[in-house]
Amino acid sequence: MKRSTLVNVLLIVAVVALFAIPALFIPGEYAGADGQAGDTIDATGYEPWFEPVWEPPSGEIESGIFAIQAAAGAGVLGYCLGGARTRSRQRREAPAAES
Amino acid sequence: MHIAEGYLPPLHAVAWTVVAAPFVVHGARAVVVRVREDPDAKLLLGAAGAFTFVLSALKIPSVTGSSSHPTGTGLGAVLFRPPVMALVGTVVLLFQALLLAHGGLTTLGANVFSLAVAGPWIAYGSYRAVRRLGGSLGPAVFVAAFLADLGTYTVTSAQLALAFPDPTSGFGGAFLTFASIFSITQIPLAVAEGLLTVLVVRLLVRITPDELRRLGVLRPRDTTGTEPTEAAA
Repeated sequence: MKRSTLVNVLLIVAVVALFAIPALFIPGEYAGADGQAGDTIDATGYEPWFEPVWEPPSGEIESGIFAIQAAAGAGVLGYCLGGARTRSRQRREAPAAES
Repeated sequence: MHIAEGYLPPLHAVAWTVVAAPFVVHGARAVVVRVREDPDAKLLLGAAGAFTFVLSALKIPSVTGSSSHPTGTGLGAVLFRPPVMALVGTVVLLFQALLLAHGGLTTLGANVFSLAVAGPWIAYGSYRAVRRLGGSLGPAVFVAAFLADLGTYTVTSAQLALAFPDPTSGFGGAFLTFASIFSITQIPLAVAEGLLTVLVVRLLVRITPDELRRLGVLRPRDTTGTEPTEAAA
């Protein structure tokens, strides 16, 4: 395996480990930190003065919209990287073909 | 780092909106200028925006037994400078405020300031600092993305502490309370975001070295661990 490939694989393994280790070995509710901050504020007796204009009707629908956000982002990311790669390669090969 | 809708007193909500608005307007102009001057940059600009879109959608478990999300703003800040990310981050936050009830319209200014202004500037500043000290591209990108992520959450903690100071210990005590919720949870996520951002930059070095050189990210001699022949070809 080339050294740069090895480094990339190690980077991916490290990222996956950082996500997996807490979920596997640390017991907890894994509630959102945003919500915990909100609870802390609620404890002071503060009442929110404005409501969201629209809320996902259920947790399932909310996860679905999050999935759409991630999928749309990943699609655009892949498209842009692919396009940039192709353009870069064509530019590199074009002068070679002329000579 | 989302401050939920209605969770900032009106005065704070207005103040943060006023503070954040000029950055967003300037950022929108920066994007238009960039695309006009350099149409070729569109693809990488799209990639940087999409990266932020993906990362901020991922809710990830952390060592404190709670979960949170990365910010993804470090990459774009390093490639295109922070103003561009002010617009990109605002688009992401608007999407989440309107469709997910995460964050909100009244708290948009404060959330834009922490994620789309403070984070990218911290990223860019630390990136430049590491480079100036002679650090190579990989470590500089890691530090930038790590600090952008952690810095965003620290700013959020400060914003909440300003709005809800502790009755006895004041701003300092409240800041510690909020920072213990946000920042500690965020440390492993910030490490992960740093590593992921390095991975994407390594990919970019391999597939579009000329673009990175044009953006000034890659110096003529930089190879960041990829084969010199490939980067030079």
